[in-house]
Amino acid sequence: MKRYELIVIGAGPAGLSAAIEGAKAGMHVIVFDENARPGGQLFKQIHKFFGSKEHKAKIRGFRIGQMLLKEAEEVGVTVCLNATVLGIFPEKRVTVRYADHIEQYSGDNIIVATGAAENMILFDGWTKPGVIGAGAAQTMMNLHGVQPGQKILMVGSGNVGLVVSYQLLQAGCEVVALIDAAPRVGGYGVHAAKVARYGVPFYLRHTIVRAEGKDQVEGAVIAEVDSKFQPIPGTEKHLDIDTICLAVGLSPMSQVLRMSGCEIEDTPGGLVPKTSEYGETTIPGLFAAGDVAGIEEASSAMIGGRIAGLAAAHRAGYLPEDSFKQQAQAARDSLSQLRQGMFAKENRGRTDLTETEEGYALSKNLLAKGYVEEEELKAFPAANASVHGVHPVIECTQNIPCNPCQDACKFGCILVGRQITNIPVVDRDRKCTGCGMCVASCSGQAIFLVNDDFEEGRSTVTLAYEFLPYPEKGQTGTAMDRSGKPVCEAEVISLRKSPATDGTALLTIAVPKEFSMKARAFRPNGGDK
Amino acid sequence: MRIQEHPILGTYDKGPLVEFTLDGKTMTGYEGEPIAAALRAQGILQHRHTRKTGEARGVFCAIGRCTDCVMVVDGVPNIRTCITPLRAGMKVQTQYGVGPKEDA
Repeated sequence: MKRYELIVIGAGPAGLSAAIEGAKAGMHVIVFDENARPGGQLFKQIHKFFGSKEHKAKIRGFRIGQMLLKEAEEVGVTVCLNATVLGIFPEKRVTVRYADHIEQYSGDNIIVATGAAENMILFDGWTKPGVIGAGAAQTMMNLHGVQPGQKILMVGSGNVGLVVSYQLLQAGCEVVALIDAAPRVGGYGVHAAKVARYGVPFYLRHTIVRAEGKDQVEGAVIAEVDSKFQPIPGTEKHLDIDTICLAVGLSPMSQVLRMSGCEIEDTPGGLVPKTSEYGETTIPGLFAAGDVAGIEEASSAMIGGRIAGLAAAHRAGYLPEDSFKQQAQAARDSLSQLRQGMFAKENRGRTDLTETEEGYALSKNLLAKGYVEEEELKAFPAANASVHGVHPVIECTQNIPCNPCQDACKFGCILVGRQITNIPVVDRDRKCTGCGMCVASCSGQAIFLVNDDFEEGRSTVTLAYEFLPYPEKGQTGTAMDRSGKPVCEAEVISLRKSPATDGTALLTIAVPKEFSMKARAFRPNGGDK
Repeated sequence: MRIQEHPILGTYDKGPLVEFTLDGKTMTGYEGEPIAAALRAQGILQHRHTRKTGEARGVFCAIGRCTDCVMVVDGVPNIRTCITPLRAGMKVQTQYGVGPKEDA
């Protein structure tokens, strides 16, 4: 039986991060993963991440995956693929199934980073071909280049449902509707706004009643729900769709932990191991990190993995107490930055929040329809400016952990401050040059450049544009408002792409002056988008 | 349908275009991609029919966990097509219960 100082189960963001810290400290590390490729779900994440620079904010998920793999290789981590861990047995023994045989290993320390599985909801026809998980949609389109369907119904308005809806639009699919039984959009408002402005209708307080079609999905019926989440008779509505995507939450994939004998807690977020501040379970030397220890997102999973890796290295005698404490504290500080704001654990599900931490009135429309009304934006100074020349308009209206806009502006126009959940402030005394780096760096695509002095009667609006085909200079099209409603004709003034913006094109359109604070999306004439 | 070009990902790295059969009918797909991807790109969603009621099933999770997408591949039933790479000349069959149609 082979013995390792550290066995990591799962080569996703948490597992790789844990393995990297262990190996960096000098441990002999092996990572097992049941998949043919490492990286977990990171390679399906094509959106830019949130957080700050140290959390790899504004970098797309799949690039973070590439960075992690490179780092793992550099520090000598061995990743063993197509290797399914069947169980953890007494004395920290791990049984691994390969294609044609089984092997036993013993680990001085084990870090379980098995991630999460998608939840599903039951409705009439939920087993029909054409009903898929939102993660499945990402796998098909982002890894394999195949559209999951043509006309999609997205169920769930959490970040997964919102982000995947946007990615479906990027893949050329139509998102016919986004529904959620909850009365409020669950994910970040900026993610919702990205899909709303391209015309995706939001149906809050709605559930799916049935999938139609004999042998595969050919339509769906949705209905409004009452306060007990029961469909209200008479409110049924048919949707012409061919695919139903379920984004109704994740559950920790804690099976191997549950059989290991460590103490498990039954929480609203699923069955998770009881752990110390370093992720150690009640079995000494057995750790849990990432979603399996409690659902969060990839950025915090990476930090959780690092903390567990450091703790394992310390336990094995590779890291002296002071160095361990110092590094673990730095990681915990970094983690706590991500856990602030409106979406922090203690604020989750709160319905009594009416203002941001700065005292600005929160948008009600954003929670009900997925976009902020122009009138509501008046409460946010950074979204309003009667200044001459080009300037940023920042439609960031919730306290979410993110600050790349601050670093993006080399002229110091944008300030978030030390707490990264602050809503950005625009310094009107500094000169905006119109470079657009703030527009491209905003992971929520909530920044626009507006120039009301463009020419007589017309203003320009610069927005982040991530759809093909790219419009060309001089091309005309339709500008939409935040709800996706066409508001005016627009002419493409420029389309800028550069490696620094990583696939986000900066599209500048000219619109009649009265629409400069309304036009927030563009659809070229003659195109699908 | 396949995505020819993606605004963020550009074009996809694919193996050579190869032929395989689905229930005897010749189809094409890129070697190395999951069988399920090749099928979906050609509009095929039904992978199997359940044993007792004959209900159709297809891809649900696409990462090899749920086993709803299993088919008979080269004579072997219960192959998870969402994680099994396509090879030239593969014989893929819709699964009925636990085998191909003639055994149902």
